[in-house]
Amino acid sequence: MNWPIQLRLGSALFGVFLLAALLSLVWTPYDVTELEIAAKLSAPSAAHWLGTDHLGRDMLSMLMAGARTSIAVALVAVGIGIALGVPLGLSAAANRGSFLDEIIMRGNDLIFAFPSLVIAILITAVFGPSALNAILAIGIFNIPVFARVARGAALTIWPREFILAARVAGKGKVLISTEHILPNIANLLVVQGTIQFSMGILAEAGLSYVGLGAQPPTPSWGRMLADAQTFFYGYPRLALLPGLAIVLTVLGLNLMGDGLRDLLDPRLRRAVR
Amino acid sequence: MLRYVITRLVSLGLSLVAASLVIFAVVEIIPGDPAAFMLGLNASEDTVAALREELGLTGTLGARYFDWVSGMLSGDFGTSYTYRVPVADLVAARLWISIPLAFYALLLSVLLALPIGMVAAARRGRMFDYGIMGLTQLGIAVPNFWFAMLLVVLLAITLPIFPAGGFPGWDAGAFAALKALTLPAVALALPQASILARVMRSALIETLGQDYIRTARAKGLSEGQAIRRHGMRNAMIPVLTIVGLQFSFLLAGAIIIEKVFFLPGLGLLIFQGITQRDLVVVESVVMLLVFAVILVTFLVDLAYALVDPRLRHSR
Repeated sequence: MNWPIQLRLGSALFGVFLLAALLSLVWTPYDVTELEIAAKLSAPSAAHWLGTDHLGRDMLSMLMAGARTSIAVALVAVGIGIALGVPLGLSAAANRGSFLDEIIMRGNDLIFAFPSLVIAILITAVFGPSALNAILAIGIFNIPVFARVARGAALTIWPREFILAARVAGKGKVLISTEHILPNIANLLVVQGTIQFSMGILAEAGLSYVGLGAQPPTPSWGRMLADAQTFFYGYPRLALLPGLAIVLTVLGLNLMGDGLRDLLDPRLRRAVR
Repeated sequence: MLRYVITRLVSLGLSLVAASLVIFAVVEIIPGDPAAFMLGLNASEDTVAALREELGLTGTLGARYFDWVSGMLSGDFGTSYTYRVPVADLVAARLWISIPLAFYALLLSVLLALPIGMVAAARRGRMFDYGIMGLTQLGIAVPNFWFAMLLVVLLAITLPIFPAGGFPGWDAGAFAALKALTLPAVALALPQASILARVMRSALIETLGQDYIRTARAKGLSEGQAIRRHGMRNAMIPVLTIVGLQFSFLLAGAIIIEKVFFLPGLGLLIFQGITQRDLVVVESVVMLLVFAVILVTFLVDLAYALVDPRLRHSR
């Protein structure tokens, strides 16, 4: 299949950061917990390709490990959204108009009505700041998103003839939902997953920036930005690098989302855009 | 129309009740004993008991929830444990920064996004359109607090046009106050304007493909006239939805931006509440923010009915 240009560009951008994150699991140029105060704020050199920060930590290593934190938090948060939201959406669609449907959809409306960042802050404030609580806070808001997408898409599949055939063959709602509906709405879920993934990266950066994300010594892009704020004027590199890392990762994911949508839904390719 | 307003009002009320229950549960039930949570590990039992008494934690859960809600309804948000002043006073002083900031950002976002989206739609498929869409793609990917830091270095330090942070107060004159809020508002508005411009563009393109636009063109209207007279009103429905949603993002986003610019608004109040474990403050400010967001959603729903008469009669 011929990949749309956005998908190629997006995958390349995101791929770089994903590789860096995976590589950081086994190797980083320096240990990110190693403070080399004598070499603090040093400019890029052969020893430190991207220089060091205010505590003498290697910036390249910090960025690599930061990629791991951001991607892991956002990925697990998307996982929570899919694991809980999709079954909810599917069962709402299978029992359209029932009390269950009503409860699920009104519950979703309620979560949508909350300003997500405020609740994320509330959750991390009460449970204490940590990467795990950041995941929970972001993940909770992914649930209604996936429930809504799954329900809406499933409702368009239910009246189709092959579903009728499956019902005549005696299959129940659960079996039909998992065997016939789910594969047919998977495309949409993948596209939505990419979008939520990129929003998760931004949310994690925001929470870490205000000190409610991953805690030291775990590096994260958001906290690198918070640390760099006081040194920004003298050492712009400290804030520019993590900021660019966030922008490029999110941009890559958004482009991937657009490209995947075009690739998986050929109707959109011909439509006037 | 009346029926539509009543159903929306009922849903507004239900959302508020549900929201208050969730916030009450998160703040007052989950941490176990709020008094012990607020005082930390080393507090003596007597101190905890005294604070529990002061906070009115001795009653049952139901009674405490009822006290909290009825207090808020009569304007009593409780007393801050750390500041020793009524939370309502703390909030009132800070609202004068956060609310104007959110509206300022919303105004910038709309003023920037609508014309851009309209021009991009009118020139769809040409270089200008591609350029604008590329820029909005970038605008969506930029974290607003990082953009804020860039703005400070460029427009407050390198070129000292705007203050780098702080707020002189409205007493210092509207001009000085608005000047202090300009960079925060621009930083908040950029990602929202990018999203809004894209929505405006695709809504207009969708509308332009409709038969009634072709009819309008056939009877001799220019494309510009057809867009203004028939296209805009229809394209406004999705745009209004997004504007309504954006207000909630802007209020919440303001929390982080206030931290970048050291603006003494609701955001800073929440963070102080969190670090000082002042649950009374956190609980009330969060409820207030949620109330504002739910209220705006309600107003957007009413605005739909004004824009689209079909909605007034449905359901």
